[in-house]
Amino acid sequence: MSFVSTTPAEQAEMLKTIGLTSTEEFFEHIPETLRVTSWDLPPGQSEMAVRARLAQLASRGDGARVCFLGGGYYDHFIPAAVDALASRGEFLTAYTPYQPEAAQGTLQSIYEYQSAICRLTDMDFANASLYDGGTAVFEAATMAIRLTRRRRIVCHGSLNPRYRAILATHTANLEVELADGDDPAGAACVIVQNPGFLGDVHDFTALAGRCHEAGALLVLSFYPLSLGLLKTPGAMGADIAVAEGQSLGVPLGFGGPYLGILATRKEHLRRMPGRLAAATEDAQGRRGFVLTLQAREQHIRREKAMSNICSNEALIALRALIYLCLLGRDGLREAATQCHAKAEYLKQQLGFARLLNSGSTFNEFAVRLPVKAQDACLALAKQGYLAGLPLSAVGKGEETDLLIAVTEQRTRAQLDVFAGALASACRQA
Amino acid sequence: MELIFEKSRPGCRAIAFDPLDVPEAALPPELCRAEPAALPEVSELDVVRHFSRLSQRNFGVDTHFYPLGSCTMKYNPKMAEAAAAHPGFLGLHPHLASAPATWPLCQGAFELIFELERLLAGIAGMRQVSLQPIAGAHGELTGTLMIAAYHRDKGNTKDTILIPDSAHGTNPASAAIAGFKVVEVPSLPDGTLNLNAFKKALNESVAAVMLTIPNTHGLFEPRVLEIAQLAHEMDALMYNDGANLNAIIGECRPGDLGFDVMHFNLHKTFATPHGMGGPGAGPVGVGERLEAFLPGPRVVRDGEGFGLASPPKSIGNISAFFGNFLVAVRAYAYILKLGGEGLREVAHHAVLNANYVYARLKDLFEPAFDGPFMHECVFSATPLAKYGARALDVAKALLDYGFHAPTVYFPLTVKESLMIEPTETESKDTLDAFCSAMAEIASLAASEPERLHAAPVSLPVGRLDEVRAARELNCRV
Repeated sequence: MSFVSTTPAEQAEMLKTIGLTSTEEFFEHIPETLRVTSWDLPPGQSEMAVRARLAQLASRGDGARVCFLGGGYYDHFIPAAVDALASRGEFLTAYTPYQPEAAQGTLQSIYEYQSAICRLTDMDFANASLYDGGTAVFEAATMAIRLTRRRRIVCHGSLNPRYRAILATHTANLEVELADGDDPAGAACVIVQNPGFLGDVHDFTALAGRCHEAGALLVLSFYPLSLGLLKTPGAMGADIAVAEGQSLGVPLGFGGPYLGILATRKEHLRRMPGRLAAATEDAQGRRGFVLTLQAREQHIRREKAMSNICSNEALIALRALIYLCLLGRDGLREAATQCHAKAEYLKQQLGFARLLNSGSTFNEFAVRLPVKAQDACLALAKQGYLAGLPLSAVGKGEETDLLIAVTEQRTRAQLDVFAGALASACRQA
Repeated sequence: MELIFEKSRPGCRAIAFDPLDVPEAALPPELCRAEPAALPEVSELDVVRHFSRLSQRNFGVDTHFYPLGSCTMKYNPKMAEAAAAHPGFLGLHPHLASAPATWPLCQGAFELIFELERLLAGIAGMRQVSLQPIAGAHGELTGTLMIAAYHRDKGNTKDTILIPDSAHGTNPASAAIAGFKVVEVPSLPDGTLNLNAFKKALNESVAAVMLTIPNTHGLFEPRVLEIAQLAHEMDALMYNDGANLNAIIGECRPGDLGFDVMHFNLHKTFATPHGMGGPGAGPVGVGERLEAFLPGPRVVRDGEGFGLASPPKSIGNISAFFGNFLVAVRAYAYILKLGGEGLREVAHHAVLNANYVYARLKDLFEPAFDGPFMHECVFSATPLAKYGARALDVAKALLDYGFHAPTVYFPLTVKESLMIEPTETESKDTLDAFCSAMAEIASLAASEPERLHAAPVSLPVGRLDEVRAARELNCRV
């Protein structure tokens, strides 16, 4: 069963029109030596059997544990309307909007998404999406290289170590120097993250100023939902703002699909990677939307393109847009406020552990436990909790350090019981 | 249609949270934004109606025939959507994989990744597959980065990748982003690669050759093995752009054709939806030469269960975890559903449908090549030029007939190109209706070309002023 829609009788008729008798003949011009010799795939199965197999694999997951695990990817609430709308076939099964008249739904949604991201970040232009937060950092870095003609990239300690690893993989064959710290001298850009990977809330305004004095750009990786409260990349003077968009109505889904957000200032627009939608009119004066500045892209510019990106994450960008519309101006602030307040409350309950953050945090913080963090995670998992991210596992701390995230979904009762369970795990070990 | 921002009414809310049940907390004002983000203030019904209506201004495979060449717009099975919507997958935190302590909590996902990589390797005749690349072009970039690592490891100083003039734009773009120079190899008039030109271009500096099989002219490259042998003699590696795998699945395996590395487009061959441009997924497959360089960490067998390990010379993380996992879930469900025989059927019927369309249209439009075509056929609209009509006019007129346009103006090797890929899932009735529409359009071009120029007239907007869009750059409100 391969979802073929023609009947055997129709197939025979079609073959007759073509002048052949069997579909095997289509492959006869391929030299025999190049044909398949081994094809030992399993036989097909019914939908029932496939669904049962997938359900079996899915149910071997973490179950419905109360989640304090973050590290750049968070357990936020997703309103039902996000799934209902984003799963409509007219969105789900459409292609890239290369025929704008038949894709106004897509194009207007991209335009609205770009608008929402610009309003969220206080930046001038946002593209239609990149793959995810990590690859968006790479795209921002290469954009900075093009804009400054410099080849030194400085990664601030606040940056997610996984993003830095992705950046290193992508630039391994380029004559690019990756450095750590915050010295903009001779750099194309300094890449910072807010809140930092360990949860610290920064104001990078002064660093942006130092970057600009040194002829470098400031690339700021932000946490979209935190911008319900926090100072924006635009207000800090960032040149390129990038983000992992997962917090905006996107399921955790074991790593993807997620959403790469990239926004920039007007003066950098023509070096921006990715698709861009713009409003215009038809001959009758009706407003419509098209892709614009396509000469930046691979299908026009080939090896001189700003990026090789073709498939992006348009459907996930739509999810983010719907999420931002459902929460709205006040809802986003409320979600961020609740995340912050609940995290602060949990901090107070964890007096037995040493807080590693010295300044303000948003919804995530790091603690040093009296026991190994992985042991604590194991113990807490048995009681129905994902306790957090053991920091040594990502190369960002000691074996006893745990990164704990709190979202608006957690209740006071959950926080109280979790704090007790973690305290108990620390005592027992 | 109004923008959602134009429907905003102060104080209107769609979502309410439970009242805060812990004490309020304040951040220092200098760390906070001055004003709330000016997001729409709308009701849930406002949002639902707005986006439902927006969706109705789209063509999708669910509603329209979408014969876009090189895009494989086949039916996206609903059972795969249901499989990926399982809460056990949706809610699975990726950092469970970051610490061995939590590996027991994601064994099902590890098993799925392991199994799918194994199935894809079998389908393509490659030794190993990595699901990490997030899209087809990201797979190309991953492949070229592995090629770079291979040559660095051997102490080779090779800086060039050979790419046919018929290739997808992503091929040269990916090679360049990975740090390579690109040299274009011309095609012969028959649409296959010019072997003599290839031989001239092949020298010590060539790190790799990127080929699409069948190529974007819809033709199998008959000399692929010879090309691979010549490349390998120079220690240049062979990259296969797997965008057109749908044409040969179950009949040829890239690994048997001399390829060292390839990418799959799960959103083409394996029926995951295109989602208006994404998400897709671009797993890479490798042969012996590149096995050690695969992205890591990888899911490996670990006693009774599964764990993670990195290949000895791994290029590292190309994405944060395991690529677009939920897309992989859909592709896995599709492969299980079809099985080996079903997948072979895919190629046979994809090629049958394309050749049927070719047979019906070859006297109306100018075939760009003599064939034999595989899963897509390429025509030129130049015969309509004498009436003042172009490929673009054919594309726009088709929209009025309720069909999405074919790919136009690609490949770049064909003037006024119309590239048609019907896929295996379309019915004969649909193909017949499409061919009849094409026939009417060809005759309209001769009799009333102005009607083609005016098309489309049945959609929410007519042809849009792209020059104005680029001049004004109104990209947000």
